[in-house]
This record gives sequence, structure tokens and C-alpha cells, in this order.
Amino acid sequence: MTDLLAPPLLALAGSPLLLGIVNKTKAAFAGRAGAPLLQPYYDLAKLLGKGAVYSRTTTWVFRAGPAVQLACALTAAAVVPLGGRPAALSFSGDFLLLAGLLAAMRFAGAAAALDAGSSFEAMGASRELQFAALAEPALLLSLAALARACGRLSLAGMFAAHPGGPAPVLAAAALFAVFLAENGRVPVDDPATHLELTMVHEVMVLDHCGPDLAFINYAAALRLWVLGALLLGPLLPRGTGPGTAAAALAGLAVLTGLVESATARLRLVRVPQLLVGAGTLAALAVMLARGGR
Amino acid sequence: MRPAAELLIVLIVLGNLALLGSSRLTGLIRLVAAQGLLLGAVPLLARGQAWTAEILFLAVAAGLLKGVVFPVLLERAMRDAGIRREVEPFVGFSLSQVAGVAILAASFVIARRLPVPPGPLARAATPAAFATILTGLFLIVTRRKALTQALGYLVLENGIYLFGVSIGQRVPLVVELGVLLDVFVAVFVMGIAIFHIRREFDHLDVDRMTELTDWTP
Repeated sequence: MTDLLAPPLLALAGSPLLLGIVNKTKAAFAGRAGAPLLQPYYDLAKLLGKGAVYSRTTTWVFRAGPAVQLACALTAAAVVPLGGRPAALSFSGDFLLLAGLLAAMRFAGAAAALDAGSSFEAMGASRELQFAALAEPALLLSLAALARACGRLSLAGMFAAHPGGPAPVLAAAALFAVFLAENGRVPVDDPATHLELTMVHEVMVLDHCGPDLAFINYAAALRLWVLGALLLGPLLPRGTGPGTAAAALAGLAVLTGLVESATARLRLVRVPQLLVGAGTLAALAVMLARGGR
Repeated sequence: MRPAAELLIVLIVLGNLALLGSSRLTGLIRLVAAQGLLLGAVPLLARGQAWTAEILFLAVAAGLLKGVVFPVLLERAMRDAGIRREVEPFVGFSLSQVAGVAILAASFVIARRLPVPPGPLARAATPAAFATILTGLFLIVTRRKALTQALGYLVLENGIYLFGVSIGQRVPLVVELGVLLDVFVAVFVMGIAIFHIRREFDHLDVDRMTELTDWTP
């Protein structure tokens, strides 16, 4: 029982810490002291203690958005295994459920942003969905490549199979681009920007406040964890426990911070090119993956 | 031996996809150079352990020509013509990459139907060779600048070379060297042609050559 519950509990407790690590890395790279590692937790506690304000132009769609996003992210955290252990929720074809959950989460966010009736938020939603439309094929193709290389249809089976050859590495490279795009990290979107015109993910949540914003931020942190675990899973050596896998996730967060510090954000028209490139890598991985053995 | 050969093939295919998505001519030339160096290593892996002097000579000659001499010639042509990047190709860079994936899929289908002789490299190299040939053709057809078309021709030749080296149990050395010499002359002529196109028309846009007439009213 503890075996089954360890990965989701680690995700619940540790995901905001990943954001803290990313921010600390960026601060260290820029020569600043930076916010404490636990700052995302303090922010969540502060937001949860506040009340919510709703504009009169919004409807139930706006109020349901944060809750739906959080629900999707929590379910996704239960689906993805950590290290070599089976996930809390595992069945044949569960990677399609994961892709669906991520899509539903994005839809809830975009619908809430459109419901606010602000043109800025609608613009952010439009961009987020445009990028997502290109990131989703890359995600699905990478998962298909893994499924084909391992001959298994469940995420736990894929993580446990450890197939050789180039396919898992190519799939992981494609998943890294998806990881950066879906979480709104630097080459695609800048989480620290304060200019509405250039924001993508951040502008969509401008009208949310209090517990709603806490839900959205926590759901985003969980998504970072889930996609990170998905990216690392097939690469970790056999017999990796949840603790080691969580440490590898922290390493991935440091890498994300380094990428954010070292690269400039891509021009908006260049982002689709990056994502199409990731898609081609994933397609190549599908073709190179040999059937299960 | 097998993983090394597999890695080589994957790198060559990745090079094809990168070629389709890149707009910088310097980057394109460097990619072709890297692909040429990789191809130089192919004959060493294709025939197992027996490295005769013949094979070593072929590998060194191919690597030198494809990886060093051609890129230097093309880079000089680029400098003489004063161009840096390909702008507005007939097919956009993202769409080209998607086409590259389609080409790759088609190559796998074609390679599966071919009666390929059993060799250590043949099974993996045949689809890669077809993909490289078709990528070269695609570059020739869809790019505006004469220099990119010359690069496409080189990529096409790379594919033919890969096919020949990985398939043939015993390809005569003279034939391979003859092909290399042909390509050398072709690149040389292209370098000169590019220079002259530039002198006549002030740019390398081969699209403008439709304006050529022998009689002007």
C-alpha cells in the first residue's frame, strides 16, 4: 500500500519545491540571493488565506476553471509512476488518459480566461492553445514511440521495460521540448515577464485571485512534476526507487533553471518551429522503435 | 559494432531533418560537412572487422572530400556571393520538416520492400540512404538560392554513397573513387556557376533565371 501511495504523495508534497529550485537556480546564475526554496509554499498558503473576487461579467465557467485544472492535475499525478514502482492508477493505455487529462486542464484554463471577457486574456488563451496544438502531437508521438519500443501500453510497463536503442533518448529529447512548452518555461514563454503583450500562460490567470489562483499555481506545479516524471521515467536505470527519482526531478528542475538563464525567449513565430522539430524527433523515434521483445 | 553503426545512421537522419529546418547557409554547410564526416566512417563499420588498406583509403578520401573540401569550396562561394541566409524558400521550414518525416516514413516503406542483401549495416542503412536521397531532391526542388540547391545535390550524393557503401558486399574501390571525383568536379563547377550567376544578376535567386531571353525588344 505504501508502495502505491508513495509516488502521488511525493508529487503532492514536492511539486512546489521544483518551482522553488528553478527560481533559486535562476537567481544563483544571475548572482542574486533569490527567494527561499520554500517560497512557492508560502505563496500558496498566503493565497489560500485570502478571499476571492469575481467580476460581474464572469459566469460559472470562470469559477469552475481552477477547480477543474486542479482535479485534472491531481488525477495526472496519480497516473504517472515514479521510478520503477507502479503508479497508483495503472491500466493498459493509461498514457492516453494522461494526454487527455493534460488537454482537459488546458481547456479549463483557456475557457476560464475567455470567460473573463478581457482581450488580453483571450490573446493569452489563443497563444496557449496554438502552442498546445503543436505540442500535443509531439507528446503523443513520444509516448507512442515508448509504447512501441517497450511493447507495453501502460506507463508503468514502459518505465519498467528499459528498452535499448536510440528511440527512448529521442523520445526524451522531444518530451523535454514539450515539458518546456507546456509549463510555460523560457524558450516558449517567460514566467517572470510583466508585459501583458508577451505573456502566454501568466496572462491567462490575471483575473484569478485568492484560493482560485492558489489552485491554478498548485496545478501548474503538479503539471511540472508530472511531465518531468514522464520525461525521466524511461531514462532512469532499473530498480530506481521513488526517492532517487524525486532527486532526479530536482536535477531536471536545476537543468530547467539553467536553460532559462542561458537562452533567450524565442520569437513568437519561431515557437511553432521548435515544437514541430520536437514532433519530427518523436516521429523519428516511433519509426526507429522496434516492436516489443 | 552494432550500436555504433546504429548511432551513426540516426545521426545522419537527424542531420537530414536539421537541414530541412535550417535557414542559415553557414549552418547548412556545416551540417552537410558533419554528415560527410559521418559518411566517411560508414565503410569502416559496414564490413565488420576486416579493415583493409583499400577500405581505410576510401573512408579517409570520402571523409576528407565530403567533410572538408566541399564545405570549404561552398563556403568560399558563399563568401564571394555575399549571402548569409536563405529567405523565403518555396516551402517553409516547419513544413519542410514535416515533409522530411513523410520522406522518412516513405523510405522505411520502400526499404522494407527491397530485397536487401544481408549485411551488418544494410537493414538500418537502406531507409536512411533513401531518406537522404529524397531529402536532397526536396532541397533542390524547394529552395530558391543556387547555393542551397548545390547543397541539396551534395546531400543527394551522400545518400547514394551511403546506399552503395552499406549494400555492396564488395564495391570496387575504383567505382567509389570515380563517383567521388565526379562530385568533386560538380561542386567545383557549381562554385563557379554560383559566382557567375551572382555577377550577372546581383543575387542567387534562380527564380530570376526565368527572365532570361535571347532577344530583348
